Amino acid sequence: MDLFPLWNSVRVAGISTFITFFAGILAAYYVSFAPRAVKGACDCVLTLPMVLPPTVVGFFLLKTIGPLGPVGSRVLSVFGFKMTMTWYSAIFATTIVTFPLMYRTVRGAFEAFDMDLQYSGQTLGLSDTYLFWHVRLPNCKQGILSGTVLAFARALGEYGATTMVTGYIPGRTATISTTVYQLWREGSDSLAYKWVFVNLAISFVVLISVNMLETGKRSVTV
Amino acid sequence: MSLYVDIRYRAGKFRLDAEFEAAPGVMGLLGASGCGKSMTLKCIAGVVRPDEGIISYGGRVFFDSRRKIDLPPQVRGVGLLFQNCALFPNMTLARNITAVLKARKDRDDAPSAASLVKKFHLEGLENHYPENMSGGQRQRAALACIMARGPSVLMLDEPLSALDSYLRWQLEGELSRVASEFGGVTLYVSHNRDEVYRMCSHVCVMNAGRTEPVRSIDDLFESPDTLASCLLSGCKNYSRAGISPRGIRALDWGAELECALRFGPETEYIGVRSHYVRKSDAKTGTNVFACRIERVTRDVFGTIVNVIPLGAPSDGDFSRIRMEMPREEAADLRAGDEIYVRIKPEDVMPLKS
Repeated sequence: MDLFPLWNSVRVAGISTFITFFAGILAAYYVSFAPRAVKGACDCVLTLPMVLPPTVVGFFLLKTIGPLGPVGSRVLSVFGFKMTMTWYSAIFATTIVTFPLMYRTVRGAFEAFDMDLQYSGQTLGLSDTYLFWHVRLPNCKQGILSGTVLAFARALGEYGATTMVTGYIPGRTATISTTVYQLWREGSDSLAYKWVFVNLAISFVVLISVNMLETGKRSVTV
Repeated sequence: MSLYVDIRYRAGKFRLDAEFEAAPGVMGLLGASGCGKSMTLKCIAGVVRPDEGIISYGGRVFFDSRRKIDLPPQVRGVGLLFQNCALFPNMTLARNITAVLKARKDRDDAPSAASLVKKFHLEGLENHYPENMSGGQRQRAALACIMARGPSVLMLDEPLSALDSYLRWQLEGELSRVASEFGGVTLYVSHNRDEVYRMCSHVCVMNAGRTEPVRSIDDLFESPDTLASCLLSGCKNYSRAGISPRGIRALDWGAELECALRFGPETEYIGVRSHYVRKSDAKTGTNVFACRIERVTRDVFGTIVNVIPLGAPSDGDFSRIRMEMPREEAADLRAGDEIYVRIKPEDVMPLKS
């Protein structure tokens, strides 16, 4: 059994989670301070990828970063590489699809954050940057961690948008989810089962860790 | 160096309109819950921006909407003790204090963490997280953090309301000591008149977002002049007032009362403290009227007798009068009995609305 799809999936999910981690926290931080109207609008736009079918996300992506798209054609002519049909194309797709998960979970944590801690810190002369890194983030740790784990899990399982921008090239762009589909189409059920089990195992680990994070939170408040 | 505040702030239906000047010493900000006391403190601290107005301390302008001055809370040097203490839960006591010390620019003048721990009797708790400290310890820890900052104005927001009564008494002494050692302007926010009476020299009453003029504490308790301040001073008996040739007619009690204090057309209510409504053996005389006893309640150190004046209109909200007396005096009083009560003219307080 060629393990490339596992390695590729983990690599794509890892990198996109890394990007989503910072982008999601930043977006959540700024949106939680925004005026109400701005907040509503930002919320809509930033959550959209979660409710849109991944194929629609993939369609928009192809239209933008495809070789004929406004971004894709420029990158191709200036830097000389294609943004689609490569292993890293999947990163664009999974980042966009997983972003709302991170953003919403972290925003929830930020909104539950006791503002008196922020106020108290400010009156004590501590800078807003210090308070962000040393007070707000540590006290929202649980939310941030579960957002990260969820985003990673979603990235591993992403199929629709990924398959549209990467296609399926064995040994180059294949991920676990695209491999399962391909194997089923070819009728190699036994191999497909193996990948299904790999997928199940990963999902279990993820769900158990999210669960542990949540029970950890409960025991702290008791 | 005094603190001058004149601000307006609006949030939904709530309107804050606060104006007062606080000199060094402890000034109370007394008002019912939700009247805007905490909001006023947050505006002074700089964590909430008022819509308009001026806040200054000594010659230093913290906030001036016309001149577009709005100093960030970090440089105002206003220490605010939050009701829930607001210690950082992810840091030990020692780290809470050192974080504040490290942020100071004048680190040479700053007290050491160890001296603060000692001063606030927190020895042995340095490595404890706030969740593992008692309510009183948390409060002292929060004070230690504020003193680590070296504030020029100290503000205490309902510091005792979350504690049980024994601890409250102990901490009150502690706060009193901290405030007098501090020596600068201290604002003490509370809805408890007893605390304010013991802690403060002056008091500013807040009612529904508006401040009344600052007065001395004795002045407030001896001669409150508005219904709101009288309520806060702990007085329990009120009646709507009508001006009559003899004095004041207590409309809710159906009684003509002589009043030794100054009153006029602006007088809308009268107030009489429970201790000053006395049982009368004579059936006639100045400010004597008949009542029926509604209820006799034994209290911790005396007896509370609720009476309803016979002349009271049936629709009066204020018709019930509360009397407090020593137990032996109330021994032969029963619900349903008729008695005569007497109020001295100097104990009738005329009140504006």
